[in-house]
This record gives sequence, C-alpha cells and structure tokens, in this order.
Amino acid sequence: MRFARIAALALAATLPVAAQTLRVGLGEDPDVLDPSMARTFVGRIVFASLCDKLVDLDENMKIVPMLATSWEWSADGKALTMKLRPNVLFHDGEKLDAAAVKYSIERHKTIAGSNRKGELAPVTSVDVIDPLTVRFNLSGPFAPLIAVLTDRAGMIVSPKAAQALGEKFNTKPVCAGPFKFVERVAQDRIVVERFPQYWNKGAIHFDKVVYLPIVDATVRLANLKSGQLDFIERMAPSDVPAMKGDRRFRITQAVELGYQGITINISGNEHSQKNPLGKDARVREAFELSLDRDAIVQVAQDGEGLVGNQWVSPKNPWYAKSLPPPKRDVARAKALLKEAGVTNPSFTLMAGTTSDAQRVAQVVQAMAKDAGFDVKIQATEFATALKLADQGQFEAFVLAWSGRPDPDTNLYQFIFCKQPQNNAGYCNPQVDALLTQERVTNDAAARAKLFEQIAAQVHKDRPIIYLFHRHWISAYTAKLSGLKPVPDALVRLQDLKFN
Amino acid sequence: MAAITVPLAAAPREDSPTRRALRRLARRRGAVVGLFLVAFFVLLALFAPWIAPYDPVATSWSLVRKAPSAQHWFGTDEIGRDVLARVIWGARASLLAGVVSVCISLAIGVPIGLAAGYLGRWIDMVISRFTDAMLACPFLILAIALAAFLGPSLTNAMIAIGIAATPAFIRLTRAQVLAVKVEDYVEAARAVGNSHLRIVLRHILPNVVPPLIVQATLAIAAAVIAEASLSFLGLGQQPPAPSWGSMLNTAKNYVENAPWMAVWPGLSIFLLVLSFNLLGDGLRDALDPRHS
Amino acid sequence: MGRFLAHRLAAIVPTLFLVSVLIFGLQQLLPGDPALAIAGEDRDESVVQHLREKFHLNDPIPVRYGYWIRDVLHGNLGESVRIQKPVTELILEKLPVTIELATLAMFFALVIGITAGIVSAVFKGTPFDYLANVVALWGLSTPNFWLGILLILLFSVQLGWLPASGYVSPFEDLKANLASMVMPAFVLGNAFAAVLMRHTRSAMLQVLSADYVRTARAKGLEERVVVLRHALRNALVPVITLGALEFGALLSGAVLTEQVFSIPGFGKLIVDAVFNRDYLVVQGVVLFTATVYVTLNLLADLAYFLVNPRMRG
Repeated sequence: MRFARIAALALAATLPVAAQTLRVGLGEDPDVLDPSMARTFVGRIVFASLCDKLVDLDENMKIVPMLATSWEWSADGKALTMKLRPNVLFHDGEKLDAAAVKYSIERHKTIAGSNRKGELAPVTSVDVIDPLTVRFNLSGPFAPLIAVLTDRAGMIVSPKAAQALGEKFNTKPVCAGPFKFVERVAQDRIVVERFPQYWNKGAIHFDKVVYLPIVDATVRLANLKSGQLDFIERMAPSDVPAMKGDRRFRITQAVELGYQGITINISGNEHSQKNPLGKDARVREAFELSLDRDAIVQVAQDGEGLVGNQWVSPKNPWYAKSLPPPKRDVARAKALLKEAGVTNPSFTLMAGTTSDAQRVAQVVQAMAKDAGFDVKIQATEFATALKLADQGQFEAFVLAWSGRPDPDTNLYQFIFCKQPQNNAGYCNPQVDALLTQERVTNDAAARAKLFEQIAAQVHKDRPIIYLFHRHWISAYTAKLSGLKPVPDALVRLQDLKFN
Repeated sequence: MAAITVPLAAAPREDSPTRRALRRLARRRGAVVGLFLVAFFVLLALFAPWIAPYDPVATSWSLVRKAPSAQHWFGTDEIGRDVLARVIWGARASLLAGVVSVCISLAIGVPIGLAAGYLGRWIDMVISRFTDAMLACPFLILAIALAAFLGPSLTNAMIAIGIAATPAFIRLTRAQVLAVKVEDYVEAARAVGNSHLRIVLRHILPNVVPPLIVQATLAIAAAVIAEASLSFLGLGQQPPAPSWGSMLNTAKNYVENAPWMAVWPGLSIFLLVLSFNLLGDGLRDALDPRHS
Repeated sequence: MGRFLAHRLAAIVPTLFLVSVLIFGLQQLLPGDPALAIAGEDRDESVVQHLREKFHLNDPIPVRYGYWIRDVLHGNLGESVRIQKPVTELILEKLPVTIELATLAMFFALVIGITAGIVSAVFKGTPFDYLANVVALWGLSTPNFWLGILLILLFSVQLGWLPASGYVSPFEDLKANLASMVMPAFVLGNAFAAVLMRHTRSAMLQVLSADYVRTARAKGLEERVVVLRHALRNALVPVITLGALEFGALLSGAVLTEQVFSIPGFGKLIVDAVFNRDYLVVQGVVLFTATVYVTLNLLADLAYFLVNPRMRG
C-alpha cells in the first residue's frame, strides 16, 4: 500500500507539468521585430521576451546588470568598458561574446533604416578587449549612454542570424532573451516559446507567450474579463474603479516616463506671429495660470495621472523639487493679459484625433475660457500633425512624449536650438550651454543641479507647458503574481508566474 | 313616345398619379410611421436651440458621468455635458450628414447619369468606366480614404460620403434614361423637333424622379450610418460639437459604468435610420405602378 | 454571345486602370508625409531619408505611379512599410479569413433576408409584413460597430458563451474558429439581410402576380406549393445574381466588423493601412478587390445571360 503511494508520487514527479501559456493583449500591432529598426512601444513589450539587453531598469529607475555584469567609465568620460556575463547563448546556440556585442552595435549604427543611429551617435567605435569585455569609444562624454543601452540600442542580436537574414531579420529574429521566436501573423498574433538555455532560466515560468494586438480598448478588456487573455497593457482609466472592485483581477498603475504637454510655436515664423501666445511670454504665463492641472487629470484621465510641470514626473529622481507645479490663478492670468495689452486672445490648439488628446484639449479649452482665452480646437490626424509640427505650421499643439529612462532624452531634442524635433522653435543659448554640460558629466548630483537650472529657465520661457504624466494601467488575472511595476510599463517575464 | 333618360353614373374623377401614389403610401403603415418619425427628428433638429435644456458643449467638472436624474433626464457624459441636449443637437449633425451627402450625390450623379444615358456612345462609355471604377472600390474604404484626405470634420465627412455614394445614382439615372429613351412619346417629341434639353427636362426627367426619390431616401439612411462609422474612426464630427456617431464612439468606452451615454444616441440613430428605411420602402411600393 | 463576352472583357481593362489611378491618387494626395508617419515619434532624419529613397517619395507623382504600375504588372504589389512584408503575402494571408467571414455572413443574410422577404411578400399588408420588415431592417439601421460591441458585452463578458474577439484558423481548431466567427458574421450578415429581403420581396411580388402563377393557382394547386415551387424558384435568380454583386458592399461592412472583433482580415488590413499611411498596402488591396469585384460582375452577367432564355440568341 505504502509502496503504491510512493510509486504514485514518484510517477507524478516525472510527469511533465502542463504547458503554461501567457496570453498578453497589446494596444496595437507592433511594427518590425528588428531591434535596430523598431520604433513602437508595443514592439518593446514583445522584445522584453525575445531580446535581452546589456543593462536593464528596475522599479526604482536604477540601472541593473543584464547581459553586462559591470561597467565603468574612463576618467575622461570618453570610454565605457563593460564586462559581459559568461555562458550566455543566443537562440540559435551561438555564444554571446564581445564580438557579438560589437557586431550588434555596429549594426544599430549602420544598417539602412536603423532608428538607433541618433541614439548611438556619440559612439564612434566598439573595441573587443577580450571575449567577455567590450569598450565603447565616444566622440565626447555622454552621460545618457548607459540609459540608452537599457532599451533597443542595447539589444544584442546573433551575428550569424543577422548576417544570414540581413534586412529580413525581422521575419525570424534571433536574440538572447528568455523566449525564442516561433511565428507572427500580421495583425493577429506573435508567438514565442521558452528558450531552454536562457541564462536566467530559473526565473522563467511559462512555456509559451502569445501576444495578441486588440486595438479597441473595450474589446481588449472584454477579452480579459472573459478569460481569453491573462494580461492587458493600457487599460482605460475609466475602467479602473470597476476592475479594482473585481477580485478576479489586479491592476498596476505606473507613472509614465514621458509627459503630456502643450508645445507652443515661439519660433517667430508667421504662425507664431498670428498667435498671441507665440509673441509674448506673459500671455503664455497667463495661459498656464488659467489651467487647473488637478482638474485636467481628474477629467481627462479620471484621476489616473500625476500633475507635473517638468519633462519628468515628480516621482522621478531627476525632478527638480524646488519648482513645484503652479496652482491655478485666474485673477493673476487676467492681470497679466491686461499688462501685456492683449484683449480677447484667441489661438488654434492642434490635437490628435484620439479621444485622450481630444479630452485634454477640450478641458484646456473650457478652462482657458475663464481667463478670456478663445481656444479653437483643430483635430488633426497623427501623420498630418507630425508634418505640420515639424514645419512649424501650428500655433499650439497637444503633444505627448512617451519618455525615456534618461531625462536628457526627454528634453534635449525638444529644447536645444535647431534640433529637428524642436517644434517650438525655442532657442536660448544659456539653456543650450546647460544642456551641453549636463550631457557630459557622469556626476548625478552635478547633473541634477544643472537640470534644476534648466527647469527654472524653461519654466520662465514656456516653449512647452508640461501638464501631467499619465498612469500606465495594466490589468491582469489575479492568478498571476510576480509582476514588477517598472515605470517604462514593459511586461517583464522574469519571476512572473501563475499561482 | 316618351323619351326615357337613363341617368348615367357619374364618371369617376381622374386621379393624378401623384395623388394615387400618396394614397398607396398612406395605406402602408410602416411608411407612415417612418414619415412621422422623420418629421419628428427634423423638427427636433430645427428647433434644437429652443428645445434643448442645456448648452450641449457646456462642461461641468462636478457633473461627470452622472446617471439620469430630474435635472439631467438622460444623464451627463464624460466631461459633464448634458446628454439630452447633445442628443437633440446631434439630430442636426446626423440629419445634415444624411441629407447633405445625398444632395451632393444627386447634384453630381443625376446630371452625369442623364448625360450618359441620353447622349450615349463614347460619353456613355467613359462615364460608365468611371462609375464602374468607383463602384469597384468598397464604399466605406472610399469614404475613409476621402475623409482622411480632406481632413476630419463633419463637412468633409459629408463630402466624402456624398462622393462615395455618387456612382450608385449615376447608374440608376442612366438605367432609367435608357429605359425611357425608347418610349414612343420621346420619339414623338424628337420628331416634332424639340431640343434635346427640352426633351430631357420635360419628358425624361419626370420618369427618372420616382426611383430616385426612393433611392435617395434609402441613401440618407445609409449616409447616417456611414457618418457614425466615420466617427468611430475619428473622421466625422469633431468634438466638442455633438453628433450621434461621435457620441457612440466615446460612449463605447463607458458602456459599463455609464450606459446612458450610449443608449440614447444609439436608439436615436436606430430610429432615424429605421424610419428612413421604412419610408423608402413605402415610397418604392407606392411609386411602382406594378404594385397597385 | 461571344461578342457579348468580348465586349465585357474589353471593358474591364479601362475600369481597372481607372481604379488604379483613383486609389493611387487618393493615397498619394493624403496629407502628411508617409515617411514621417512611418518614422514615428523619433523621426530620425537618416531613417526618413532612407524611407523617402526606398519608396521614391522624392519623385513626382506620375513617376511614382509608373514605378508602381510596372511592379504590379510583374506581379509585385510592393511591401508594407510598417512591417516589411510583401503585400501579396498579406493578401494571401488575410483573404481566406475575410472570405470565410463573408460566406458565413451571407449565410445569415440569406436565412434572415430571404425568409423575411418571402413572409413580407406573401403576407403583404398584414402585421407579419411589418414584422418581417423591421426584423430585416434592424440590422441595416444599427451601426455595425455598435451592434458588435453590444454583442461582445452580452455573449462574452456576461454570459461567457463566445470568445470576445480574435480569430483561430479552421485548420487549427474548427470549433474555436466557428465560435469566434459567429458574432462577427451575424453582425455583418444582419445589415445585408435587409438588402436581400428587399430584393426577394420585390421579386416575389412580381412573380406572384405573373401569369404562370395565376395558372398554377387556377389549376387548384395549394398556395404553399405555388409559392415555394413556382414563384420562389424564379424569384431567386435575380436575387442571387444581385447577391454576387454585393460582394463589394459586404467588404465595406467587414471593415468595421473586423476592427471591432479583431479579425485579421482584409477590412482591418485596409483601415490600419490608411491610418498608418501604409499606402502600398491600401493600393494593392483595393486593386485586388476591384479586380475580384469586376470579375464577379462579369460572371454574374454571364450567368444571367445563360439563365435568361430571352437574352440568348
């Protein structure tokens, strides 16, 4: 009898565990699955399972080892030496060594259509010191580089596969992540399966992950509730109260790395001249004072957001605490307008056709009215809006930025004189000098001080009025545990499992 | 011999075809219901400024998504606007979307169809190829592409829908002209020496009108749905101005916490479109001489 | 008949040419730079330049049209800029899905529409007539995206009977495939049922008053036999030929239905492509659809020609 029981237990122990599949609902279909060419946010969610990077981000925005175990800057800041993790294999069985890193970085920099060129611009060359040590040589000190390597620029691809497939690498990507690529049906699904030789295999508890793009938020949520999905990214804020009360599901809210704001055309061109905001900083100040940021977050995002006034959120370690968000002051706004000699200020606010952007625009419109502003909302489709913004053919634009780990990448390209994405047309030599300085020093305290100074000046000039930071809301079945709410809102598979 | 006068029965008065058609229409209850509903919505749209209890674009932060109550019979929407007022004003947008689009289609389609049918030969061939080409592209795709091209707004949506619906009217007009062209009285009119224009206007056009009326009525119904569809994709009436289609589009995100936001515009679209459909079907029966 | 066929075939070429010009023009004239739209948020200058060169965006419009048509005539419809997959591959992937959806929708439409049409014609003027009318018109009177969402909330979330969205290939799992197609096919077929009802009703009414029906009635045949055997058979011919032609309308309806139910078919492909400025996809798919439509038209004409003895000879 006892023998039978022991035999049964022994048998059960040898039986394979039922295949565990995680089904993730995405807000849109990713673009190309090639780390060099990809540019969508949802693509990064898929990469989190396919491609490991040199370094990663943790919940507290600290940079932690991944494929690289340690790193150090040279004294002059022009070289970054990284030590790689030993015994890491690509999905095709090849070894991940310094040569592979060199190949990947060069691929990011040179392949036609690569979106990583700008990110890796300061890197002039990569040297292989020994099979597990690699050195990045820079044209000049560039503090944000480490943060850049936590994203797609830091993803290492198998040289053998990349050489064989060339530009078609995205049809069968081969990296060093916990899962390997199985298949992709455009606009339908992306399937990946467990890579048995993953270096951190102990942390992986799924055999398969299926990513399903479902554009309509209502339908995506319906799928979660009916049990066809285990996880959805980007739930609508209005669904939060109902889901919070539902014991079958959990939600996490992470403050986004980016911001929601209004970019104002102060370039001096004809559109900015038409626009009272574009001509006089006092009018811009009056406009900002007419806005009640708390109410904007409340109404436009159902309270799911954090009020802000800088390019990083108040929860971000890089936020300048000496400059808190201003409160609404309609009286002062009216006084400023009078002082500037402007009666009946009116301008056109360009906003995307998504309901989020429209809601923000409408709330802003209604609020600014109290101070005397007549705001006309111009709903513009995304592709058209980008073109108009780049050509400076707008007066004000509700523009969001998805955000990057390093504050410089939330700021530089929008504020530095004549940068292609500086849609406001802002040009302030002192700010430019400060920006150049903060990029070249690795001393976090020194950088923080510089950012504080930049914040003060940008706040005075107001080329961009930063309004708030959204919550990235993910919802998942209560059967899942181990989710780490990192502010970049990616779904990391390590330590995630069904109870 | 006494003259016997047999009183003749009074000859029945000759009814005009229009009078007969109207009577046939009145007999179909579905069409009458449709007519009344259409009239109701038209009145609603016309008198919106006086009927609506609130300003449809007046927002109120404290009244976000409140359930129907005595102050707000249909509740409030996601930024505190009164739903009833928006439904009433939305009737304007939806009716305009339907009627103006079809007017555009008629204004472009009928003359072209007349030309194709009456003048024939190579003009007909060219026009027919164009029409075939447009009809070969799925209607909504054409409307979406046009609306995206023109830019998102109610006016552009109307133009897009109107243009996309034109080929159907060209075809219909042309087919009618071809059928009527060979009738005796048309040949006679030509023999007598009437100018082409006179023939078209006096003899052909009146015969084309009945099926056009039917088609136009049904097309209005389809245009209202098309506007709602374009709004679903962000290409129709832009906020804050209300239209039932864009109200539905926003409301679908709140179906579970604020169903009243969706119920009323949804019901209104349904009733309006249904009534145009019923009216159109009734008109078809009434105007078709075979169904007397 | 040979002349008739040749005539119709000759008409196809200019039609398709015009379609290509029409859809090319619409896409190219869309505001907004496709290279910018595709380059996305980062808008790296080198990427934008690379895209411009790759897709000849710096050339004048007629030249671009020439490149495209040349490729089309060689069987190359280009590739999707967004996911870098050949358009022909995308079409072959998505077509079966939409065909299955359209077929199932047609099934629903035929069942609802023809039944309603028969009832409406036979019981003309009675409450059954109006009821049949309203049932068939109901689908046409509700925006299909709206109906879809309501059905999802009822059958998937509340009752849990059907999957909310998505698609499973019938070769993988037939039961799951049908489960995922039921609601979208119903939504799509619903709208079309009204059209079929109208055709059936008018055809039936015409036929019911025709001579041979009166003869059958005079012969003393039961009304049901008259209806089903004599009238219906003749009424169905124009209904079915018209049905084939409404393929384009079905695809129109599929656009939003596929969006709501996340069915990876043609409609979804086109809409996403329009908004992503993936114009090669839009052009290729529309050209393909137009060709199919024109061919179906021709076949329907041929069928009508063959079936209708008066037109032959």
